[in-house]
Amino acid sequence: MRSAAADLARPGAAWAVPGLVFFCLFALVPMVGVVYLSLTSWDGLSDPQFTGLQNWSRFLGDGQMWQDTVVTAVLLVGNIVVQAPISILLGVWSAGKQRNRAVLSAIFFLPLLFSTAATAVMWRQLLDPNFGIPAKLSGLIGDTNLLGSQSGAVACLVLVTSWQFIPFHTLLYQGAARTVPETLYQAAAIDGAGRVRQFFAITLPQLRNTIVTSTIFMVVGGLTAFDIVLLLTDGGPGTDTSILPFAMYQTGFQTYDYGYASVIASFLLLLATGASFVMVKLSGYDKMTSTLEGM
Amino acid sequence: MRSRPNYLAGIAAFAWLLIIGTPLYALVNSSLESQSQYSDRGPLSLPSGITFHNFATVVDSGFLGYLWNTILVAAATVAIVLLLAVPISYAVVRGRSWLTRGVFRLFLLGLAIPAQAVIIPLFLIINRLGFYDTLWGVILPTAAFSLPVSVLVISGGMREISVSLYEAMALDGARPARILWDLVVPLSRSSIASASVFAALQAWNGFLFPLIMTQSNSNKLVTLGLYNFVSSYGADIPALLAAVLMSAIPILLVYLFARRALVAGLMGAGGK
Repeated sequence: MRSAAADLARPGAAWAVPGLVFFCLFALVPMVGVVYLSLTSWDGLSDPQFTGLQNWSRFLGDGQMWQDTVVTAVLLVGNIVVQAPISILLGVWSAGKQRNRAVLSAIFFLPLLFSTAATAVMWRQLLDPNFGIPAKLSGLIGDTNLLGSQSGAVACLVLVTSWQFIPFHTLLYQGAARTVPETLYQAAAIDGAGRVRQFFAITLPQLRNTIVTSTIFMVVGGLTAFDIVLLLTDGGPGTDTSILPFAMYQTGFQTYDYGYASVIASFLLLLATGASFVMVKLSGYDKMTSTLEGM
Repeated sequence: MRSRPNYLAGIAAFAWLLIIGTPLYALVNSSLESQSQYSDRGPLSLPSGITFHNFATVVDSGFLGYLWNTILVAAATVAIVLLLAVPISYAVVRGRSWLTRGVFRLFLLGLAIPAQAVIIPLFLIINRLGFYDTLWGVILPTAAFSLPVSVLVISGGMREISVSLYEAMALDGARPARILWDLVVPLSRSSIASASVFAALQAWNGFLFPLIMTQSNSNKLVTLGLYNFVSSYGADIPALLAAVLMSAIPILLVYLFARRALVAGLMGAGGK
């Protein structure tokens, strides 16, 4: 059914223009800008000097950058491996209507009230080798300086990030788990499927979209996790936990080598858009455009 | 149905309670201790001799001003995001032009742009616009980077509105603006609320933009205030922890008085 009245009642593209211009100015233009700056040498004061691919070839031969990339990847994977299963289980559990679950869920939410900066400052003190929790457990764990080795510091970063963000992902799964039709479970129960079987045969497949969304959040969050590194480990010990965004910040805003910092930034951009492109394609998320549309 | 209690899950939930609760207990307990008590007994001691001295130290350092700045930034960010994301989503869901289809894909891709990656040119742009070291220098980029999620969430909500409602209004001769105001906004209220909660938390949590875009003490946000507090009061751990606790108080109040709205809002941020 198409009539003149129906067409007049539809918003034109002009409705999207203000937001589009705004987003272009503050997100897309800088995206092009950073790629351009990566081809220059620039100290932030004089004009950028075009140097071609010089920064990029330096980047490819920079051993520290390789290490930073590996640490970024390890943190990213570590965070997903720890957070995803716990959030899914907690989310499904808290989707139940029992009273005790509601009370506990209200407590489980609390870490979300803290900013990443606050969380990192708090944990830095709690993990302090002399005055923190490890000092009280020295009989149990031996070396109390958990942030003193690379593997320890990486583990702490995963722990603290998980502590802060699992509540958010749990909420996503809780919301999604509540929309799974109860009749699916009833049918499965009649067929004799137990709790575990129901989880794998019904709940997990039904949570598919949420798993994608939640993982995209984790990936983008992981690639920007700079505040937590700055405040918890300051990239240390040495440069052992200097992840890419942290290295970008130091190169640009502390040593004023904006050209080289732009290379690191462009590389981050490449990783993030690449990862989310793959996930969106795999999940068919972009086809969502027209479920109710088009009549 | 489903009556048998799940003991295994209960035990796991209790373990998780310890993981969540222990640091929080240490935080509250230590912020109420004197410095000497803390260094003697550590963060997990039983409470004794409560003092509010640490909170006084934090307030004296100008912390309330930082909190107020953060509240301003969060409010302005939400206002801008809604002003832009609602019309975009409306055009995406109901528009017929080729442009609006591209817009949705663009924001979907925009979801993946890390703010980190574009901070250097962004810094230049904010400088050129004359917003360096103003709260606008933080608000504008924060709003821009909250747009993709907001558009996805709000357009998701708008898609649930039945087509026959649109048609009924169109037959009555209603124009797009009236349809948006009378039909679309009321019926996608919950997704609009979700986007607001999400944008507010982005602003609340923001660290990079305030760090790069502001400088003077009068424009400091609470996350950055904490960062500076570490360098100036680093040895006074109870005061530091009191600052951490105070930084969460405004949002704790929201949680206490509007928990349902906050939780439902965040849940919706994942889309359907």
